[in-house]
Amino acid sequence: MDLTIPDMALVVLIGASGSGKSTFARTRFAATQVLSSDFFRGLVSDDENDQGASAEAFDALHYIAGKRLRAGLVTVVDATNTQPGPRAALIRLAKEHNVLPVAVVLDLPESVCVRRNADRPDRDFGAHVVHRQVTELRRSLRSLAKEGFRRVHVLRGESEVDAARIVVEPLRNDRRGETGPFDVIGDVHGCRVELEELLGELGYAIDRDERGRAVGAAHPAGRRAVFVGDLVDRGPDTPGVLRLAMGMVESGSALAVSGNHEHKLLRALRGKQVTVRHGLAESLEQLAAEPPEFVERATAFCDSLIGHYVLDGGALVVAHAGLPEEFHGRASGRVRSFALYGETTGETDEYGLPVRYPWARDYRGRAMVLYGHTPVPDAEWVNSTMCLDTGCVFGGKLTALRYPERELVSVAAHEVWYEPVRPLVAPLPDREPTALTLDDVMGRRVVQTWAQGAVTVRGEQSAAALEVMSRFSVDPRWLVYLPPTMAPAETHRDGDVLEHPREAFAGFGSLPVLCEEKHMGSRAVVLVTRSAAVGPRRFAVEGDGAVYTRTGRPFFDEATTAALLHRVRAAVADLWDELDTDWLLLDAELLPWSAKAMDLITTRFAAVGAAAHAALPAALSAVGNAVDRGVPVGDLLSRTSARLANASAFRDAYRRYCLPTAGLDGVRLAPFQVLASEGTTYHDRPHTWHLAIADRLHAADPGLFTTTARLEVDPTSAESVAAGVAWWESMTAAGGEGMVVKPAANFVRTGRKLTLPGLKVRGPDYLRIVYGPDYPNHLSRLRDRKLGPKRSLALREYALGLEALDRLVKAEPLWRVHEAVFAVLALESEPVDPRL
Amino acid sequence: MLLTVSTTARPATDLGYLLFKHPDRAQSFAIASGTAHVFYPQADESVCTAALLLEVDPITLAKSRPGSSYVDDRPYASGSLMAVAIGSVFRTAMNGRCDARPELAEQAIPLVVHLPAVAHQGDADLAERLFAPLGWQVETTPVPLDPAFPAWGDSRFLDLRLTGRLRLADALRHLYVLLPVLDDTKHYWVGEDEVAKLVRAGGDWLPGHPERDLVSRRYLAHQRGYVRDALTQLSELDGTLPEEQAPSHRPLAALRAEAVVAALHEVGARRVLDLGCGGGALLERLVADTAFTEILGTDVSAGALDAAQRRLAKLPDRARSRVSLRHSSLTYTDPELAGFDAAVLMEVVEHVDPARLPALERVVFGVARPRHVVVTTPNVEYNPLLGQAEHRHPDHRFEWTRAQFQEWAGAVAARTGYTVRFGPVGPVDPDLGPATQLAVFSTEEA
Repeated sequence: MDLTIPDMALVVLIGASGSGKSTFARTRFAATQVLSSDFFRGLVSDDENDQGASAEAFDALHYIAGKRLRAGLVTVVDATNTQPGPRAALIRLAKEHNVLPVAVVLDLPESVCVRRNADRPDRDFGAHVVHRQVTELRRSLRSLAKEGFRRVHVLRGESEVDAARIVVEPLRNDRRGETGPFDVIGDVHGCRVELEELLGELGYAIDRDERGRAVGAAHPAGRRAVFVGDLVDRGPDTPGVLRLAMGMVESGSALAVSGNHEHKLLRALRGKQVTVRHGLAESLEQLAAEPPEFVERATAFCDSLIGHYVLDGGALVVAHAGLPEEFHGRASGRVRSFALYGETTGETDEYGLPVRYPWARDYRGRAMVLYGHTPVPDAEWVNSTMCLDTGCVFGGKLTALRYPERELVSVAAHEVWYEPVRPLVAPLPDREPTALTLDDVMGRRVVQTWAQGAVTVRGEQSAAALEVMSRFSVDPRWLVYLPPTMAPAETHRDGDVLEHPREAFAGFGSLPVLCEEKHMGSRAVVLVTRSAAVGPRRFAVEGDGAVYTRTGRPFFDEATTAALLHRVRAAVADLWDELDTDWLLLDAELLPWSAKAMDLITTRFAAVGAAAHAALPAALSAVGNAVDRGVPVGDLLSRTSARLANASAFRDAYRRYCLPTAGLDGVRLAPFQVLASEGTTYHDRPHTWHLAIADRLHAADPGLFTTTARLEVDPTSAESVAAGVAWWESMTAAGGEGMVVKPAANFVRTGRKLTLPGLKVRGPDYLRIVYGPDYPNHLSRLRDRKLGPKRSLALREYALGLEALDRLVKAEPLWRVHEAVFAVLALESEPVDPRL
Repeated sequence: MLLTVSTTARPATDLGYLLFKHPDRAQSFAIASGTAHVFYPQADESVCTAALLLEVDPITLAKSRPGSSYVDDRPYASGSLMAVAIGSVFRTAMNGRCDARPELAEQAIPLVVHLPAVAHQGDADLAERLFAPLGWQVETTPVPLDPAFPAWGDSRFLDLRLTGRLRLADALRHLYVLLPVLDDTKHYWVGEDEVAKLVRAGGDWLPGHPERDLVSRRYLAHQRGYVRDALTQLSELDGTLPEEQAPSHRPLAALRAEAVVAALHEVGARRVLDLGCGGGALLERLVADTAFTEILGTDVSAGALDAAQRRLAKLPDRARSRVSLRHSSLTYTDPELAGFDAAVLMEVVEHVDPARLPALERVVFGVARPRHVVVTTPNVEYNPLLGQAEHRHPDHRFEWTRAQFQEWAGAVAARTGYTVRFGPVGPVDPDLGPATQLAVFSTEEA
């Protein structure tokens, strides 16, 4: 005997003690699916038979069952359940999680139960208990369906129990096996002409009957239409729309979910008492002109429509009024009601219409949800959801979304078929789609990156980043990327330098590398838009873009930022069409260092220079006088003199990077990577390509953009390596900060391992700023520096940055982009040697 | 860093006896982060100069305090490192002992003390105020930050020259105490034994010093308990009691908290949110008032919440159970903040970038949506009366006039379905308005 259970069910076993429930469960279900009351009694009391522990045991059982149902897992409760009270608690639990409760009754003769119990030494309760349970069970049998069990299977006697087989049936909404491609069509509302036009636009061939009426349509490439519901009412030709849609659904070239209007029409057609308004009258009138067979067919069609579909492996959900993630693939009255009608807040707006609960704003699911129901002027992404009801019947347009292409196709309404109660133009006042919630960033997080798999952010790291992000960073809508930290090359083991190009070349094995001059400034991310209209449309924020530091802080005040962005915009003018975009994200160094780091320079670097230059000349003269007197302090004299020379070199080192700036005067940008533009990232373009773009920007505005000197090095050629070393030496001897060595090809993976995007090799004079004026005296101690944590951090941040860019160019919701960006900032709180 | 002490007493070379260091020798001593050298650049009948030169190893110094930089001015500028070196290298002299010539130690002699780089924090005349009352003639020369960049101005270092007729032991004790005081920082952890050190080294001269309180505070790293102990001990030596500081007027912060609590009472709030609770000063006040049955304090800074936690930990359990803390932000919506009677934003909005105020509006008025919101913020018009040229706090992103505040609050109320009324907090000037402005937003919704 086959017992069917839906593929998202709470299976409640009902049977007296000794009826064989546990054996039944063990042999029909996986061990993890079965929650046995005996087992839970044992967990909370160390005694499976301690009836006094039952309350605590069921509490724990319900908790675990809740966790499983939340995850959509078939769950079996193995307890006697012969009384209505415990059953009611389980039915409540199933309803709470929108899964179907199923009863499986093991109705065995009392004698069998008593005998089995007697065989078990641990069961010491008497036959009277079994008798009571069997009596309760028999009394319950008739009322189980009324109690709320959606299916009741009764197994009478041992042979039926032995023969029973569990068959799991997928739910009707579960169409995960259908992978499309689809064309999801918004609310039609009887606008047949527009629907035919839209299908034509989408490439469908329409079948017509002998009277020329559209009775079906098919796509030559096998695409399928999905109607989001509300095919009927209000419009001029509800029967025509039904005829076409029904034909498509019946032939398999379309799927349709029910809208609230189909639901109500169905009730009316079945003669139920309904209020005839919101365009129902038109449908009934039009259908009255059709033959009864057609009306019958339409009635059956409306009756067959379900509330929502889960398609394409779970990646696409279609429901008339949308659906929050916890309802996806679930079946219950509540789920259906939400799918058809949505949820309202209980308030009404100025037109007397219900204010809808903004579920899409809080939507964080991975599945794309397409829906209609609420007419909007334009279909817009809100997180991963889109409303396709563009008010065709109200004189708007009929819209479809091509899936998975995410392309919108619309046809305009031929006329205003029905006067709207409120105007269609109801823009979202504060751009709700951008709302970020604390849960998007806080706590321990595991961010999946395409480049390096899971990257974990610890809770305390998130906590540390929250303050910086909330108080100091630019608006998260502009903050679409943060650059990774950069590790230095392996420490040079001998000689008089700490870092040397040879280790950097060796760091990339035999990969060809590009050496880039390192500009001593501040890392800057520049997001620039083509016009003022782009910000609101693409990033949901007013403005021209943003220029921010590697911790997300703005470099300048609003006016200066705008002035800088205007110059950048002018310089990149050629690139808009070339890269087919209206915004660009650039990775750059902003010069001079003193433009951003003035505080640090005066409080730390200049202070050291000042103190040293006040103290050391006096010290030198004091020691000198003592030497003149014949006091044996010659060594002290030479050391003090060396310290003074070091202090001067230190002063020279930071002075090179201090230039007066006022507003934008004196500010320069050295771009070195194009990070992203609409639809594209550039991590796989060779660095020479990126620098060629930088050169063009320099040519366009030499006052603002500075170029980056570069040299290609082939690490397998001794000659090339020597040239690279010589290049670095000459550059650093002339006061340069040093260079960054990058894999020439840019993004590189060795096997499954991600390669660092670059290694820095800093010059000996520059390192005085990092390690202090006298560091050359301490090289042997300083060589004992640990690079591992810094490299690991650099790799993780690199992977997160690439992930943020990928999410950005795929136009994923803000919370998804922000998750990766926030993670970079959170990782920055990791304690690594700040000198690296 | 360098210290020289010169005398013109005759014979000047007696300085060697006083310091226990022979004028013709050089001596070195190990100190915590390096080596101290004592030698005499000059030593004859008429003038004798002793030099104390510290060679500090910046790496050892940085490793002694995690997170500190290798790029550090302390190896060059005299401060607490120099004080500790004086106390160890010249300990005997500082104690006034001179076994060979006991009468020498008792004599005031002409002295010149020179420190070419002294770390200095505070008003330009601080060195004068500290040393002059002790009988020194004080000469200070500011050290420029960088002569190549005159626009950067002076550094926080001084060239300090003290001239006077004092006992050498007193001179050394003055330096021992006052060098770290000038710098207002110490290179080591200040513990309880610092009180004894201060009383020992300053007992003879500090009780009657006009800057006694400042010296005690700075020497003891502003740790209130220690400062109180030290001042009590010093007063006993002096025979005077420490002055009880009676506040001349109630501080604005107290008036503000009072006004907020009054506004909460007025709207009958029982469950209250303190958004941006900081170290928990207002929370403490709210807990003390049993009208408030549930209090939730939030802050974006984990450090501030730790401080609030410590403050609340001192409360009795019953009071403690009415208040909780949550790490949250005013730019990320937080459903946990929903359902309260009232939210307080006391001196918070001005710490939010103007561009992020719409986010705050959504978080507070849109999602948390308490029935009432009490907001206080400075009235910038009043700043001249507080002697404030610009903002009252360096982190203030803006300070509003009454008109600006009312415009913002009115717009928020209109957008989010609240009504708003305004009130004054603190002293009110007839033209410039109140020191602090307050707004109470209310909505009819349950």
